Amino acid sequence: MRILVVEDDLEAQRYLVNGLKESGHVVDDAADGDTGLTLALSRPYDVAVVDRMLPKLDGLKLVEEMREHGNSTPVLFLSALSEVDDRVKGLKSGGDDYLTKPYAFVELLARIDALMRRRSPATVKTRLQVGDLELDLLTRAANRGVTPIDLQPREFRLLEYLMRHAGQVVTRTMLLESVWEYHFDPQTNVIDVHISRLRAKIDKGFETPLLHTIRGAGYMIRARN
Amino acid sequence: MRATSFRIPRLLRSQAFRILLIYLVLFAVSAVALIAFSYWNTRRALDAQTDQTIEAEITGLSEQYQRLGLRGLVDVIISRSIHGDHGLYLLTDAVHRPLAGNLDGWPQVQSHSGHFIEFDYERRYGSETERRRARGRAFALTGGFQLLVARDVHERYETVRLFTTTLPWTVALMVLLGFIGGGFVSRNMLSRLDSINRTSEDIIQGNLSRRVPTTRSNDEFDVLASNLNRMLDRNERLMKGMREVTDSVAHDLRSPLNRLRNRLESALAHSEGDNAEQMQGAIEETDHLIATFNALLLIAEAEAGAAREAMEPMMLAPVVEGVAELYAPLAEEKGIKLAVKPGGPAPIEGNKSLVSQALANLVDNAIKYTPEGGEVTLAANETPGGVELCVADTGAGIPPEDRSRVMERFVRLEASRNSPGTGLGLSLVAAVARLHDAVFTLDDNKPGLRATLRFPLRRPRAAPAE
Repeated sequence: MRILVVEDDLEAQRYLVNGLKESGHVVDDAADGDTGLTLALSRPYDVAVVDRMLPKLDGLKLVEEMREHGNSTPVLFLSALSEVDDRVKGLKSGGDDYLTKPYAFVELLARIDALMRRRSPATVKTRLQVGDLELDLLTRAANRGVTPIDLQPREFRLLEYLMRHAGQVVTRTMLLESVWEYHFDPQTNVIDVHISRLRAKIDKGFETPLLHTIRGAGYMIRARN
Repeated sequence: MRATSFRIPRLLRSQAFRILLIYLVLFAVSAVALIAFSYWNTRRALDAQTDQTIEAEITGLSEQYQRLGLRGLVDVIISRSIHGDHGLYLLTDAVHRPLAGNLDGWPQVQSHSGHFIEFDYERRYGSETERRRARGRAFALTGGFQLLVARDVHERYETVRLFTTTLPWTVALMVLLGFIGGGFVSRNMLSRLDSINRTSEDIIQGNLSRRVPTTRSNDEFDVLASNLNRMLDRNERLMKGMREVTDSVAHDLRSPLNRLRNRLESALAHSEGDNAEQMQGAIEETDHLIATFNALLLIAEAEAGAAREAMEPMMLAPVVEGVAELYAPLAEEKGIKLAVKPGGPAPIEGNKSLVSQALANLVDNAIKYTPEGGEVTLAANETPGGVELCVADTGAGIPPEDRSRVMERFVRLEASRNSPGTGLGLSLVAAVARLHDAVFTLDDNKPGLRATLRFPLRRPRAAPAE
């Protein structure tokens, strides 16, 4: 996958580029907004990671320009600004996701993966399947093999999000933002409790567990270990 | 505070109008007293003059009578009756039969004052007659004759009568004019005060660029307005400065923290065993540092009112439902009953994200400090005075003397020293409350703690500044 990183903090940039390369991505980098825009418009990228404050051309402006030129590459904003209304501004200007510094690399990687997944031409799915776990989005029924699983509405949404990102790491923050639509950090890790309840419903009594905890990162649903 | 919702017009309740009214009453009373005094004095002086003349004439006439007898007196009276200017004379016998003089008969007395009497008589002008007022004195002569000497005081009498009949009207007119003038002046003052008040309201709503309008008259109101404006300029500069500091602190600390975390992560990736554990611990410490830092920044932002721009009409009920749903499994796992008390939709003007976070902090705390088997109750209610958001638990509670202290930054009570948390949870709630003009209180739930946020009733939005 091709990723564009526009970041003026050179150490952070180097770290980011190395990390992404180690994860198997092809990465181009730029240290200012102008160069970033030129790159973004001249080559096809799967995702662009853009710092919110950049020399020459501000991050917000950069994305606005990209969108004006008809470029729809998913953009993940990185921001060191305080956050109450910056997230809204970022998303309004055409950004697809927003991550506040300092961030954990796994968080960034998970979000990049999610953005790429979003981009792949999604045939409208009415059924999601991971191993023998099936989720019918129309009847809102869940089955593991022949066993029906009774889910609360929120559990259904949680499982749906995990299954849409099957094989990807999904962080707690991503779940809180996407499934609950909260943009804050609950002091106690309430998400873990929700996950363990869901796990009890879909994995308990079955031979192969599907819902895995990825240490220091989050969760992943997948058929094979 | 809408003026229309009161039965008494606002004009009449205003301080300016009240002061004017008091002055008006004082003025009317003193004017009436002054007029009455000068009237009484003038009248007394005029009467004294008349009375003196009459006394002198009576003395003269009685001397004539003594010297010249009745015949002589009659002659004198006839002569004076014809040639005297304002003199009125009547000489009668003991039973008031006229003998001489220019009065037709003994008059009907209208009023007495000492020896003097006032009466009406008819004066002839050719064929016409006119009823006029006279003042005089009757004097008994030796031989049973009665002598009445009087002067025409009709002009004075008319003046006095006019005066006394018009006085109430004069006072009424004075009061009316005073009322109108007072109303006008106080309305003028009120409209200027109003413009100051409207500006203040706007500024409280977060529109910091508003200023009090000034006129060119350079009066006290203009001085007040320009002083207020200078104060507001300074406030705005301070707020802006504060926001810039917050932003640059955020930026300048986040970038190095970011690099620190990055380095730790990559070090962790290349270490094993004990080292890796140390690294993991260091990352966790960093994350705790970041969480504290973020909470502090969020509080600073809420305090600076920066988030006011993101305020919008919202309902508390769904926020309560959402947070309850988020925390329900955690409560259940701890053996605590988490319940939502049914209430109205509870509309407020607010920042949804911050209100949710504040509520989450309260619920988080409640669950943390409530023992197994306890109960945590959430409620959003509309009351006549505002909208209440309440989180009550059956835990240990907070002693009354510590309740306001726990809202301060980094204050953690001895009892909670060992449980995780930044010590900023309640400070954030307090800051969010201030941002929303809400009142945050901690009370005894008997047993346990009852945290309440009282939001003001939703005001109609101030018109955007032009």
